[in-house]
Amino acid sequence: MAGVAWTESTVEFVDWRMHLARGGSGRPALVLHHDIGTPDRLPFYDALAAKYDVLVPHHPGYGRSERPEWMRSVRDIAVVYRGLLGDLGVERAALIGLGFGGWIAAEMASMAPRDLAALVLVGAMGVKPPEGDILDQAIIGYIDYARAGFHDQQAFDRVYGTEPSNDQLVAWDICREMSFRIAWKPYMYSQTLPHLLGAVRAPALLVWGADDKVVPVSAGRRYAAALPHAKLQTIAACGHCVDMEKPEELAALVAPFLG
Amino acid sequence: MHLMYFTEQPMSAYSEQAGRDFGATALMFPNTHFDPAEGSRLYNNYIEQYQLAEAVGVDGIMLNEHHNAPFCMQAKANIFAGILAAMTQRVKIVMLGNPLPLAENPVRLAEELAMIDMISKGRLVSGFVRGGGQEQLATGVNPAFNRERFEEAHELIVKAWTQPGPFRFEGTHYQHRVVNPWALPLQKPYPRVWVPGVISKETIIWAAQQRYPYIALNTSIADTKRIWQLYDKVAEETGYTAGPENRGYLIQVHVSDSEERAVANAREFRWMQGEFTGLAHPVWSTPSGYGSPNNRRAFVEFSAGRRPNPRGITSFEQQMADLRIIAGTPKTVVPKLRKILEETRPGILALWGNDGKVSQKDSLLCIKMIGEEVFPQIREIARELDLKSPFEANAPVHLRYSTDLRKTQVAAE
Repeated sequence: MAGVAWTESTVEFVDWRMHLARGGSGRPALVLHHDIGTPDRLPFYDALAAKYDVLVPHHPGYGRSERPEWMRSVRDIAVVYRGLLGDLGVERAALIGLGFGGWIAAEMASMAPRDLAALVLVGAMGVKPPEGDILDQAIIGYIDYARAGFHDQQAFDRVYGTEPSNDQLVAWDICREMSFRIAWKPYMYSQTLPHLLGAVRAPALLVWGADDKVVPVSAGRRYAAALPHAKLQTIAACGHCVDMEKPEELAALVAPFLG
Repeated sequence: MHLMYFTEQPMSAYSEQAGRDFGATALMFPNTHFDPAEGSRLYNNYIEQYQLAEAVGVDGIMLNEHHNAPFCMQAKANIFAGILAAMTQRVKIVMLGNPLPLAENPVRLAEELAMIDMISKGRLVSGFVRGGGQEQLATGVNPAFNRERFEEAHELIVKAWTQPGPFRFEGTHYQHRVVNPWALPLQKPYPRVWVPGVISKETIIWAAQQRYPYIALNTSIADTKRIWQLYDKVAEETGYTAGPENRGYLIQVHVSDSEERAVANAREFRWMQGEFTGLAHPVWSTPSGYGSPNNRRAFVEFSAGRRPNPRGITSFEQQMADLRIIAGTPKTVVPKLRKILEETRPGILALWGNDGKVSQKDSLLCIKMIGEEVFPQIREIARELDLKSPFEANAPVHLRYSTDLRKTQVAAE
């Protein structure tokens, strides 16, 4: 998997710019990152790029993408990504959403149900969990929130280091501010999304860490009930950030599913 | 000089150990530690204090509000303002203030304030604040739009007070089909608005642009001077010259009949400070998007325990030395207040007299001595230093009512 060539580019919109990384070749796969942003390189991304043309944008207002001041909802991001794929001439991409990114992927699926090859939601936010609540980052510290995404804290250390840098804290604060701007209330879910997923005919793979402390697995069951062709799988001894904690296991589930 | 009495109305009747064990005494400190019987007793104590304050001659009673916090029992300052409107005869009712962003319907706030102004026969000073970070979380209001909501709610309230209804309001955060309140302030053009604050430069600049007096909340003399430097500069750019009538100052002062008793009671201010700023998670007091982006790095580093609180925490002794806490008999208190007046030249002065577990007897004694012994001397000093309040200076309620603007003015809107 080593040696994947990634290209970084800046996509221009009318009054703001978005950061996009792209690597690998094959059928297209759009990977949508968590609400804590994303490191530039992750083993999971490389694993996907070995087989697919992988696009990893930074969400508007997160990481290296500028913040559109007008943006008010997660659905706005989904529309922006639909436009981005259209501009790039990418059709029927696989949509792979990680945590918060899963919410965006589900919105994208609902608004163009024929324009996707498959949907992969990993610990996805976006629906109200029937049991439990989505962890509220507003009342805990930046490091505590990021660490809550991991079952094994050594896995966190491998990605972010035992003491994340001050630059990382600033980056998390910027991510958090954008999450508040677009998903403050109701916090991190849509009340209408579950009712809009019924038209999605593409197969959906739902993956949850068995120890997801951020999004209760009951949300996965809610998605499974709302999506016509979905199956839910849990990964043992794993937290919310499956992509960072168990990248090989996740890739081993996703690759056969996407084919 | 406008002289006021203030108390945070602490709910001090809970086990301090419970707070220390929990590790926080704001926002998430369980309200199972709140005892309504004690709350009832304390509310009525505070009413007695306010009645005495009027009787001994203070000019104004300053009110504020906080949520989910033992250090302040006022969850809605307008309730106490309504009580004072009917119960008192002469004092100004000075709200410092209503947290505008917390209002989902600012028109309702405009109505409440108009009622208070009419019932009090025109004694309302309607201060406005952004509300602390914790207040946003306690009330579910988005901290990322705090300043936008503050400015837009202010615009709507002033419109509701001054523009004949019915009219429609289509803002970014507030939309109202029909604004036509059948409750309007008695004072014209509208009740005076004062804006309290601690560190936000943006708020100082905004207040100066509106020509609203800014009330520095217990800042050090050096910080207070920096605040006035900025305010004065913005005032000049806006086309007027600021003076004492634009400046207010709140300071913790406990007066008693012995130095020892005064100092012992003044230590209760620390109780409150510890609970307030020391025992809360930093992300509660500064949620993302609430503060200025210029302070982002300092606050995230503070939140991770990597640097001291940018708002600053200093010892009791240091605060006494810096004159941020003054305690003593009138004889020792007055010269210290004189130094503050000479150095910072405010036209509005609020004494934050009692806090924490200070007994009702000592609280009343403090108020009596402030009213009968301290304030008469402060009035003399203010005359000597020519420190006029907005009332004495007949200052315009807002920039737009100014008659002395220079042509270089920049529009405040």
